[in-house]
Amino acid sequence: MTEETMTEETMTLDVTRYRPGHDRAPRTQSFTVPYRKDWVVLDALNHIKDRIDGTLSYRWSCRMGVCGSCGMMVNGVPKLTCAAFLRDYRPGPIRVEPLANFPVIRDLVIALDDFMEKLRRVKPWIIRAVEKPVSDGEYLQTPAQLDAYKQFSMCINCMLCYAACPVYGLEPAFVGPAAIALAYRYNLDSRDEGYRLREPVLSEAVGVWECTFVGECSVVCPKGVDPAAAIQRSKLAGATDWLLSMIMPWGGRR
Amino acid sequence: MTVPRVERPGLFYPKLPATWWLRNANYFRFMLRELSSVFIAVFLVVFLVQLHRLPQGPGAYAAYLETLRAPGWIIFHVVALAFALYHSVTWFNLTGVVQVVRLGERQVPPWLVAGSSFALWAVVSVVLLWFLLRG
Repeated sequence: MTEETMTEETMTLDVTRYRPGHDRAPRTQSFTVPYRKDWVVLDALNHIKDRIDGTLSYRWSCRMGVCGSCGMMVNGVPKLTCAAFLRDYRPGPIRVEPLANFPVIRDLVIALDDFMEKLRRVKPWIIRAVEKPVSDGEYLQTPAQLDAYKQFSMCINCMLCYAACPVYGLEPAFVGPAAIALAYRYNLDSRDEGYRLREPVLSEAVGVWECTFVGECSVVCPKGVDPAAAIQRSKLAGATDWLLSMIMPWGGRR
Repeated sequence: MTVPRVERPGLFYPKLPATWWLRNANYFRFMLRELSSVFIAVFLVVFLVQLHRLPQGPGAYAAYLETLRAPGWIIFHVVALAFALYHSVTWFNLTGVVQVVRLGERQVPPWLVAGSSFALWAVVSVVLLWFLLRG
């Protein structure tokens, strides 16, 4: 109780606000929140919404880096706000903006449709030429076969990589880091037979070849997925595939 | 080629400013890497002209070499060399990321893939130096 009577340390958050239908462009509103060393940016936003301004809109769910909903730009860097501690930004102020490169619906809420559509296009699920009946049991896999793709399966669809990608910012049609990493993940899966179905999406002009390997997607990824590596390896696989089809037109391709 | 995005009313569509590459060090390093190709391309043109002068006789060749001794050209070559080295080093560093090498069931660690590329680069450079400097 004595602590509360002492002068409380505070921090300022400069938060982007955008009211559809009212504002022509987003503006910034400053809020002062109490500083707690165990608070993350998301806690500060929840404090603002509960105590200061209930109209502030943003997405969040799990608070533990799993759901991938609370991605925002924190001081210009794409972050999961549930994992961005206030103590790492002292003394502030902290700039909180909606994820870059995405259309803004309201305040810190961005439109997900584009990413969802791209995700669907790369068919991120196990495809079999012929499904075996359930009574035949599971599709078995060795630990080594699991290791081949495991890293790329850690993606939580938080879209931080799209916010970090200047190529996506300049060319919104680019399939983009997470979708390509997931396509690559299923292509590497020993149980999958869908390579030929994903290849047209990956090999089009706005697929892997649009990437210029800036590499920032892998830097900001909170799950260590390394989408940049997935894209470059897909380029290598695609180019090898093409070369084999030229040398052996009768069936060199996968 | 690509269909322009249909913008929905009410949403705010941010535009990436032309200065996006000044926003963080990684973007800037990427831009330097892209820029390096311009210097390397100019160097190659200079080198092709040099080769073109060779069959025109010792006089023409010597005159061209004299032109290249101008301070401006020397500065250009120093800058081009720095860019070429930067491009090469970053390229070899990426080989470990891009090229997955497997020995049986195990993956060769990326640093070893990049390391072997550097080693090969060093060997080829030494052989070339020996070839150029022996006489």
